[in-house]
This record gives sequence, C-alpha cells and structure tokens, in this order.
Amino acid sequence: MHASVRPAVSVNITPPVTTGAHRETTAPAEMRMSISKVNFWYGPKQTLFDISLGIATSKVTALIGPSGCGKSTLLRTLDRMHETIRNARLEGEILLDGKDILDQDVTLLRRRVGMVFQRPNPFPKSIFENVAYGLRINGSKVPMAEAVEKSLRHAALWDEVKDHLHKSAYELSGGQQQRLCIARALAVEPEVLLLDEPCSALDPISTAKIEELLVQLKDLCTIVTVTHNMQQAARISDFTAFLLTGQLIEFSPTPQLFTKPSDPRTEAYITGRFG
Amino acid sequence: MNPRLRWRKFVSNFMLTMTGCCALVAVSVLFFILGYLVYNGGISINWNFFTKLPAPVGETGGGMANAIVGSAKLLLVATLIGVPIGFLGAIYLAEFSGSKVAFVVRYAADLLNGAPSIVIGMFAFALVVHPFKQFSTLAGGFALGIMMIPITLRSTEQFLLAVPRTLREGAMALGASKWKTIQTVIVPAAYRGILTAILLAFARVAGETAPLIFTALGNQYWSHGWTEPTASLPVMIYNYALSPYDDWHRQAWAAGLVLLALILIINIVARAILSRGISVPRA
Amino acid sequence: MERHFEKDLNELKERLLWMGSLAERAVHQAVHAVLEADEQLARRVLDEEDAINELQMEIDDRVVQLLALHQLMAIDLRFVLAVSRINNDLERIGDQAVNIAQSATRILRHPRVKPYVDLPRMSELAEEMVRNALNAVVRRDVDLAQKVLATDDQVDHFRDQIFRELLTYMMGDSSVVFPAFELILVAKNLERIGDHATNIAEDVIYIVQGQDVRHPSVDRR
Repeated sequence: MHASVRPAVSVNITPPVTTGAHRETTAPAEMRMSISKVNFWYGPKQTLFDISLGIATSKVTALIGPSGCGKSTLLRTLDRMHETIRNARLEGEILLDGKDILDQDVTLLRRRVGMVFQRPNPFPKSIFENVAYGLRINGSKVPMAEAVEKSLRHAALWDEVKDHLHKSAYELSGGQQQRLCIARALAVEPEVLLLDEPCSALDPISTAKIEELLVQLKDLCTIVTVTHNMQQAARISDFTAFLLTGQLIEFSPTPQLFTKPSDPRTEAYITGRFG
Repeated sequence: MNPRLRWRKFVSNFMLTMTGCCALVAVSVLFFILGYLVYNGGISINWNFFTKLPAPVGETGGGMANAIVGSAKLLLVATLIGVPIGFLGAIYLAEFSGSKVAFVVRYAADLLNGAPSIVIGMFAFALVVHPFKQFSTLAGGFALGIMMIPITLRSTEQFLLAVPRTLREGAMALGASKWKTIQTVIVPAAYRGILTAILLAFARVAGETAPLIFTALGNQYWSHGWTEPTASLPVMIYNYALSPYDDWHRQAWAAGLVLLALILIINIVARAILSRGISVPRA
Repeated sequence: MERHFEKDLNELKERLLWMGSLAERAVHQAVHAVLEADEQLARRVLDEEDAINELQMEIDDRVVQLLALHQLMAIDLRFVLAVSRINNDLERIGDQAVNIAQSATRILRHPRVKPYVDLPRMSELAEEMVRNALNAVVRRDVDLAQKVLATDDQVDHFRDQIFRELLTYMMGDSSVVFPAFELILVAKNLERIGDHATNIAEDVIYIVQGQDVRHPSVDRR
C-alpha cells in the first residue's frame, strides 16, 4: 500500500535561522581598542593594577564592579580624560586601531573617542548649538543643519525636538538632556563612545530608552559603558569586565559571565552575595 | 505659663525688637542720605547744571557740564585699563594656575583692594604725572583703573569658578582645547556674573575723590583730549563744598545727588542682571 | 516600545515550534511505519531523533541565558519557564515516536495480526492533540488548550479498548503474542504522547492566565 504521508504539521513554519540577535559566545576577531598592563595612580595611591583587555569593534563592552573598584578611572583613561586631574599618573599601553593613544594629540584623540557623563551636562546654549558644538570647534565645513539632524536622529531625539531646536537645552527633561549629550558626542562621528553610568541619574523609562539606543548604536560605533547596575550590563552588553579594587577579575562574553562565571568572586558579586 | 517660659519669651521678643531696630537704622541711613540730597540739591538740578561750565567766582547760573564729561572720560580710561587686566587675570587664576600661585595672586589682589585710594593716587602721580610734568585725564583714569583691577579680578574669578566642572569636562571630551573651552563654554556660562562684576567695579570707582586730586587735578573749563587736567564730579563736590558761596553749595548737593543716583542705578541694574539667573542651573 | 530582548524571545519561540513540528512529524511517520509495515519510514524516524535532542539542548541553553540576562517579568517570565517545560515534553514525544518506530521494525517481521481499526483512529487523535497543543502555544489560545485536555480521555479509552482486543487475540492464538504485544506497546506509547500533549496544553494556560491547572485535585487555597 502506498504510504501517503499527509502533511504532518499544520503549524506553518520553516527551520529557523539565527538573526544574530542572540549574542555570540565566540570571541570576535577585531579589537577597536586594546589595553595592555595599565597601572594608574592618584598621587601616591595606586588605583589600577595591571589591567589588560580588548574592546571589540561594534560591540558593547560593560565595566562592572562595586563602588571604588576603578571602573570609571579605567574608562577615563581611554580618552585621556584622566589628564584633567592633577597628580594622575598612567603607565601602560592603550591602543586605538593599533596606535598608542598616549602618543597622539589629545584633542584629536577625543574626537575619535567620545564621552557621555553620568549627569547630563549640556552647554548653556540652544539644542542646535549643543549638537553643533563639536563640529564648530573642529572647524568642520559640513552643512550644520543636516549634521545636527543626523545626530539627533541617531540619538532617538529628533522627533521630540525638531520644532524646538533653538530653545535652551535646559528646557529638556533629564532623559532628553542625556540623549542630547549622546547626540552631541555622536556629531563628530567618533569611533568609540564611552559612557560613564549614563542612566544613573535617570528614571526607569528614560533608562530603558537609552539602553535600547545603545544597542542600536553598536553599528555606528564601538561602545564602552561603566555601570553600577549589573542587570543593565546583562541586558545590553556583549562583553563584560568585572573589576574589584583596581584589578580585572574576569572578562568574558556577557552570556557566559552571567551564567557560568569562572571566578568565584565574580559569582559572589553577580549573585548579590558580595560584601 | 511657668515663669521660666515667660522669661524666655520676653528675651526672645526683646532680641527680635533690638535686632529689628538695628536693621531698620542701617537701611534708613541710605534713605536719610538720599532724602537729604534730594532736599538740598534737588532745586539745583536744572538744564544749566548739565550743560554749562562753572561760572566765575561769585556769579550764579553755572553748571557742571565739564565735570560730568570729565568723569565720563576718566571712567572710560579706568574701564579700559581695569577690566581687561582684571578679566584676563581672573581667567588665569580660575583656569590655569596652581594653588600656590593662585593663593599669592589672590592675597595680593585683596591687599590692593584694601589699599587707601589716596595712596593709589600718589602712586599714579609718581608714575604718570611726575615724569610728564602734567596732570591729565590719563593719570586719573590710570589711578581709577588700578582700583578697578582687584574688584573685577576677584568677582570674575568667583563666577568663573562657579561654572560646574562637568561643563568643562563635556567640552574637553569633545576635543576642545583648554582655551577653546574657556572661550566657548566657560565665559559664556559666566557672562552674567562677569557683567555684574564689571558694573559693580565701575560703580565703586565712580565716586572716588582722593586719587583724582593729584592726578586729574581739576579744570574750570573744558578739558581737551586726554593729556589735560580735567574736572570731575567728586572733586567738584569737594571744592564747592568747602567754598564760601551758597550757590556753589547748592551745586555741590546737586552733584552729590547725581553721583549717588548714578551709583544706585548701576547697582540695581547689576543685581537685576544677576537675579535673572546664573546661566547654568543645577541638574 | 520594543525591547531588544524581544528578538531573543521570538527566536526561542521559533525554535520551540520547529522542534514541535519535528516531533509531530516523527509521531506521524512512526505510526505509519506500523500501519503500513514500512521499514524505511521507521528508519527515517530513528535517524531524525538527533535533531530533536539537539534542539532540546539549544533551547535549554537559550532559556538560561534569557533568564540570566534579562529580568523577565509577568508573561515573559511565564513564557520562558513554560518553554523550558514544553521542551521536555516535546523531547519525550520524540522518544515515544522512536519507541513506536522500533516496535514497527519488530512487528513487520510477523504477519499482520488483524486489520488495524482502532489504532489508526487512536493515532489520529494523538497527532491531533499534539498539533492542537502546538497551535495553542503559537496563538496563545486557551480554548484550544482546553480542547486538548478534553481529548485525553478519549485517547485513554482507545488504549484500553486496543489492549482488551489484543488480549483476546493473544489468548486465542499463541503465535500472535509477539506482534500483538508490540502493538500493545505502541498503543501505550500513543497514550503517553497524548499525556505529553496534555502537559503542553496546561503550560499554555499557565502562560496566558498564570494559572497552574496541572493537578485539579490539589487544593491550593
């Protein structure tokens, strides 16, 4: 008897393909920045000890750890903002695209590596002028209006402010101001964007918006973020570095660090049993 | 109500009254002076006062036109000397100096601020009048300018330091050099305070008399250019008040009124500017 | 506002449904291997078992990751937990299909015991239960899930009926004991498949309504 196999399923699906939303667990080939044996002192006190890690291109890398572990300090070395503080001393090598950032002109470096701070710090100017600031001081010849619009779109702020570009930046809410600061940093088209606890001064909804924004911005530039909220690191990052009292304890792909950390100190921290 | 409580209430009310009276006295002095000036000088405020030269001794009907213009020229020179030095010095102190240098400069500025104005006048005499054997508007302006420097410097420095560090960091993180940051972010952020500082310094020196006595000296007639002695309101008041002529006394009162009114207006304007808000609100 | 973890949730769902379709196909093929004495069909079921087991491991991995990385709440949390359970039921269904296929290879060495009447009907019901359960997952359809729960009794009834009938055959003719026994096992496997489909339906109700309907006799008040 001829076996007529009826259609087995009425659930109409085809074999699924991986879209890439699922985070990779294999190490990527390309490192936008690499940090090598970095040691740091504030005056006589050493705050970073022999840190080495790589920042993967077009990915989000998160730095987590308890207060005072040195994560903000480490972040600030990446665009040499530590030099604005007296008595700060750095040893070690930090490379951007293979070249040591300590050899480069610092203002040029800061155009390639931008920073967004914990508390929104827009300038006392209009929204438009805030975003255009970086372009203006670099003597950029691009048409300002277009560049400003592009940045504001990338920062998911355009629709909210497009009719109010000449209002003072201080009329925006906290979450909007922070997105404005992101737009301002993006305007100069940096290769790397550093964010120092960007959501800690914001309410949960603004935080969620900015988290989604950062995940999308990966395609545009490499992202490094410091956060004291490790759930945030879990939600948005591809790689996570855990620091403790100035030392790098563990640096792994995020899914791995949060499900099967290799160091017991990491596990103690992420399970909340720390301290 | 027990006696202890009653005593405490009494003491409290007594102190309230006492302190209130003292405050009232302090405030009322200003109004008292103003009133006195208006009463005595008000009648002499007329068109002649503002447009005519002083009349020869004994005659009535003269004015203080040359003194008014003279004061304006002196203050212009003073501003041109005092403001740039004070402003740029403040930028240096706020942005570039180390703590040791800053300490010394501030200390010196405060000492200069406290120096007697007549001593500054003598200094200006030695430096500008004596070598050229000439009393002049420039010398007077120079003396007043020196007095403006410490006021402008300290106030401007305070307002520059009040600009939050985060603003500086934001600009530097975008690749702005130190000077660009100062020029495009810090000074604009502090501009209200800086303007106020300049106005208050101006108001302060507008009424100074002692330094002008041996620098600008005085002049019965119009002063031409910048190298001639010139009349000024404070010196005219001094001269006329000590004269035996009633008409001159009345004019002195009027000059006093004009001077005080000018200074009051500047002060009120300065405070109005400042109260519109420091440019950078708290997050 | 769409969150980026929704992509991960969708991928999880897709994989679960794909696994479901593989399990459904395995049951279908295994039963027909018995009914039509088709050795090739039976062999195919055995070959495709690995795919189902691999999917089970991948889905579990994704579940752990989703729970660790995103602080899922409410329906998202129930969904992911239910997926973890449905995952196991689907793998068990796959195992049952393999058992049926193995029985098929053994049965076809013997002549047919009797015309298959109840077995096809029972297998159709069981397959329908699995299909409906999976559809209920896709559409989050509580009514469809309830229908699956109601069908379980019929499947149990068929198993009893087949058992009784084959027992009679075995008592009458000892040469048919071997194949008849295998057929009883097949019926048993189909009944287990029905139970797993029931479990999946209960998980659907949990996802949608947050209610745990697994053991009505247990009083949780």
